[in-house]
Amino acid sequence: MSQLIYPLRGGVHPPENKQQSLQSPLRRLAIPGELVFPLAQHIGAPAKAVVEIGDRVLAGQMIAEPNGPFSAAIHASTSGTVSAIEARPIPHASGLWGDCIVVAADGKDESIDFVGCENPFKIDHESLIEKIRHAGIAGMGGAGFPSAVKLNPPPNNNIDTLIINGTECEPYITADDVLMQERSEDIIRGCTLLAHILNGPDRILIGVEDNKPKAIAALEQSLLKLAAEDLPGIDRVQVVSFPTKYPSGGEKQLIQILTGKEVPSGGLPAHIGIVVQNVGTTVAIWEAIKHGKPLIERITTVVGESLKEQGNAIVKLGSPSQFVLEQFGFQEKSCARLIAGGPMMGFSLPDSRAPIVKTSNCLLVPSHQEMPDPAPAQACIRCGHCAEACPAGLLPQQLYWYAQAKEHDRLLAHNLMDCIECGACSFVCPSSIPLVQYYRASKGEIRQAEIEKEKSDRSRQRFEFRQKRIERAEAEKEAKRLARKKAAEAAKAKAAANAGAAKTAPAADPVAAAMARVQAQQSDPAEQLAKLERAVNNARNRLNSAEEKWQQAEGDQKAKLESRFKQAQLRLQDAESKLHDFKQQSAGQNPAPSNPTSASPTTPLNIDSDDPIERAKAKAQQRLSMSPLEKAENNLSSLNDRLKKAQEKASEADDDKRAAMEAAVEKLKQKKTSLEKEIDELKAQAPLKENTATAETPVDPNSIDDPIERAKAKAMQRLNMSPAEKLQNSLQALQTRLAKAEEKAASADEDRRPAMQAAVEKLQEKIKTVEQEITEFKAQEEPAKPAESANESSGIPLDAASAAIEKAKAKAAAQAQMSDSEKHAAQVESLQQRIQKAQQRLDKATEEGNDNVDAFRLGLEKLQAKLKELESE
Amino acid sequence: MSFLRASSPHAHAANNTTKVMQTVLLATLPGLLALTVFFGPGSIINILLALIFCLAGEALVLRLRKRPLGFYLRDYSAAVTAVLLGLALPPYCPWWVVMVASVSAIIIAKQLYGGMGYNPFNPAMVGYVVVLISFPLQMSQWPSPASLLESLPSISASISQVFTGQGLDAYTSATALDIVKQNNSQLISQVYADSDLLRSGSLAGAGWEWVNLGFLMGGLYLLYKKVFTWHAPVAMLASLSLFALLGYDSGSSQSGGSLSLHLFSGATMLGAFFIITDPVSSAVSNKGRLIFGAAVGALVYLIRVLGNYPDAVAFAVLLMNFAAPFIDYYTVPRSYGHAKPRKATEKQEP
Repeated sequence: MSQLIYPLRGGVHPPENKQQSLQSPLRRLAIPGELVFPLAQHIGAPAKAVVEIGDRVLAGQMIAEPNGPFSAAIHASTSGTVSAIEARPIPHASGLWGDCIVVAADGKDESIDFVGCENPFKIDHESLIEKIRHAGIAGMGGAGFPSAVKLNPPPNNNIDTLIINGTECEPYITADDVLMQERSEDIIRGCTLLAHILNGPDRILIGVEDNKPKAIAALEQSLLKLAAEDLPGIDRVQVVSFPTKYPSGGEKQLIQILTGKEVPSGGLPAHIGIVVQNVGTTVAIWEAIKHGKPLIERITTVVGESLKEQGNAIVKLGSPSQFVLEQFGFQEKSCARLIAGGPMMGFSLPDSRAPIVKTSNCLLVPSHQEMPDPAPAQACIRCGHCAEACPAGLLPQQLYWYAQAKEHDRLLAHNLMDCIECGACSFVCPSSIPLVQYYRASKGEIRQAEIEKEKSDRSRQRFEFRQKRIERAEAEKEAKRLARKKAAEAAKAKAAANAGAAKTAPAADPVAAAMARVQAQQSDPAEQLAKLERAVNNARNRLNSAEEKWQQAEGDQKAKLESRFKQAQLRLQDAESKLHDFKQQSAGQNPAPSNPTSASPTTPLNIDSDDPIERAKAKAQQRLSMSPLEKAENNLSSLNDRLKKAQEKASEADDDKRAAMEAAVEKLKQKKTSLEKEIDELKAQAPLKENTATAETPVDPNSIDDPIERAKAKAMQRLNMSPAEKLQNSLQALQTRLAKAEEKAASADEDRRPAMQAAVEKLQEKIKTVEQEITEFKAQEEPAKPAESANESSGIPLDAASAAIEKAKAKAAAQAQMSDSEKHAAQVESLQQRIQKAQQRLDKATEEGNDNVDAFRLGLEKLQAKLKELESE
Repeated sequence: MSFLRASSPHAHAANNTTKVMQTVLLATLPGLLALTVFFGPGSIINILLALIFCLAGEALVLRLRKRPLGFYLRDYSAAVTAVLLGLALPPYCPWWVVMVASVSAIIIAKQLYGGMGYNPFNPAMVGYVVVLISFPLQMSQWPSPASLLESLPSISASISQVFTGQGLDAYTSATALDIVKQNNSQLISQVYADSDLLRSGSLAGAGWEWVNLGFLMGGLYLLYKKVFTWHAPVAMLASLSLFALLGYDSGSSQSGGSLSLHLFSGATMLGAFFIITDPVSSAVSNKGRLIFGAAVGALVYLIRVLGNYPDAVAFAVLLMNFAAPFIDYYTVPRSYGHAKPRKATEKQEP
């Protein structure tokens, strides 16, 4: 069965330049006087030195141990003495120096005893991984990924394909080619061992570009030869050759060529069941396990026109590049640049002292003719050659634009992070733009920005948590303070309540506490006494006013008012008798409280007090405790007063003022009749008990004299109104305004009349629009309430406005039908709900550190006070 | 010693912009040859004048921008613009028409936008359209092919015609596209029978078919040299052909003209291989170029048949230049490791 080959997208064909280094046979280089072992030769954490200066080390001795799982050990490659552990030039793209262990070789090349094993296939998985780790093996193709990590994929990834990478697509480099020719048997053995470690994948593919016919032949021969041996899984090994094209040897590209699959962006080959290992790594792993020999040498291609000879050599790791180059007759003056790796992805070294490391597959020292200095970049003409060359399917010229503009969003949207930096785009660019350099810089910028963002996110989070912590602490303090206050109040109430209060424990919950207080008050005889006294007072006041009115009234009114006066008399008597009974009762039970007024803050203040403030307070309190009916009656009396005065004035006034005066009198009369009507209605609706003065009972705002009070009541009413009611309300208001305006217009003198009439017209217009709105609103509501509309159409006029009035009346009646206790209960319930909500809001606000905490707390306290008041009734 | 520090890749393909431009210039030769053979030396004079004005204009702006003259002039991009302009303008048109066109192309359409690589519109086409709209009379005087004249204009007569407006007599005639457009409600076959120009040609009128074949040849050469991909030209010719076939209705008086007329007359081949393949002002991805080319082809046909101008390549190209960035946004190719293409306008979550 021959393996299918899938095409590689993009790619380029740079001059291969592989012949130069294949002319001379593989040789073994001498041992340099000094070897330098960088601690970071692999991807991951640098190794940890385990030797000290002055220690004698032998070849194969571990001189640095892996630092964590994502790391690799480092071994001395010859015998000698550790002369220094310090920063030295290392082969790294940055050109920076890094920590190295420096060994002065003694030339004896003494080695530790390598302990091999007879049959590596009998060793268990964990031990094999551990052996690889301790042999310090990292990817030898160039990346230096610790092999032990790669061969130990996450357990949920079932590996079905093992790929051995012998592609070597970089020009000039022939290290793997030579290795495949020289060590083909070990490669075959090694890959069966890797398959064993990976739990026997279905396919083992050795991928080689077709420009290495000798290597392919050698591998196939060895495969045939070894088939006779008892190597587990050798029947699944295949050597696959495919057309030469750069960068076929990239891990992702090779996977695509051999399997047709693509490694998901940001994922690992293991995620699609594939593991790729370089041929050099494969041999190193075989040696490490079979013969116990750690990674201390490798084949490196030494090539370039500034050398007298070019070729491949087995180099001891740690040999300085300068030493290696000198073995090949290095002519420094003709050297254009020193490149570690190939011409496409290798990086230039500023310093030839940098040593050969595990990943050094090539040292390239081209002459100036061979690799001239880069041409100055011209403008991008968007020819698109780069996009055709890109093996990752990117749009390099767009990336270049965005990299120049530092548009990171666009760069990410154009998948910059999927760029493998193969250099194909730069290679083909006719304008000689160093595209890859732009991408590397942009990637660095983006990573840096991400790191900084993460940092700032973290510090912001820290700050927010701290704020929350502080707020929480403060809220706790505040809660404690409140609790203490409540407790103190409760204690006070307890002291006043004597026996009954024993039941109510000071509660942390403000609602519970409020209820407890209310209970305490209800059972407090002083409270009850005060209440009764208040009721008597109220009744007396009402009686007085009724009497006054009665005396002032004339005609029909008089009869009405007389009856009212009599009622008030009866009530007063009732209240007085109640008070009397109570006083007797309490006198019988226990001595009257020494100071009832101080114990009950709601005791009416003296209305006849001399102090005006005191008096105002008393009045306000009185008003607060009035029922709407009482208020209306109060208003009526004051209106009567005003009417009387106005009439007097009108009779006294001279002619020109008289018209105005009479109009005013008329107005007052109108008001009075409307008020009287209201009073009647109120009486009919709800015969109120004397001592139930509920603030929540809907109050007709027009009946209240005090402007502030009126406004409040109005607002309250508005809040409770449905939109239709609101409209209705505004219609009414407009109609009254219209009437007034018409009056004014009629009474106004000639020159002001037009203005007045205009105003009247305006008002009329407004009324029309409001009426229209009401109709519209009704029309909207109609489908929602078919039953109601049916009712309306059956007897009541179809006029929308009057219908609305009917509805409002019906509602009021429904409310009136509710028994007082029901109403009360409903109000208490709603208040409690509101308190709960307010409490929640307050809690949330305290948590968040909202600025409104104080406002919320105030609101809550108000609500609690209201509840208390309500429940006391 | 310290070595040169350079970023990978260290190798570079042996191509550069200058070579690309030179190849393009070389590829215009067959078309120019056909123009000269059939219409006389007018086009060569045009090209020489355009070269002078374009290079002078480029040098002027480069000097004002304090850029190295040699480095930028040597990229041959101004020369390519000049040659394309010279090929597009009617032979023997007055020298100042060439001047206005050149200045518009180089200074306004190219350098004011930032020079090479930054121009959103094809400079040669901008220059052409500017003079087409500004000087309709001069721009509609196309010479008759040699087969309809007694002799080709001499060089001296041509030069005096260009600079003084005198020297050639009755050298102009309607182009094939003009004739079909102004068909006076005749059947196409009648139009062909009445017109010497169309009658003496085998594809699309004497001379014109050869000019177009010349540009086709040059274009194929550029394709072979991989200067551009096949996507845009093939898409344009395909969509133009499709429209021509749909609109031909076997030659009624309402017919839009035959397939061969549309493919081998006017600036079809010049446009397909030398204008819309201008990488700077067209779409970047292969898919984008297919869309770009197809839209140009459709516009060319629509403007030719329904519009006021008998030839439409310049307008079609400029219109699609507008759309190129938009096309780019929606034709980002799928990258390796991605299930589907990402949107170019995608933003990161803040």
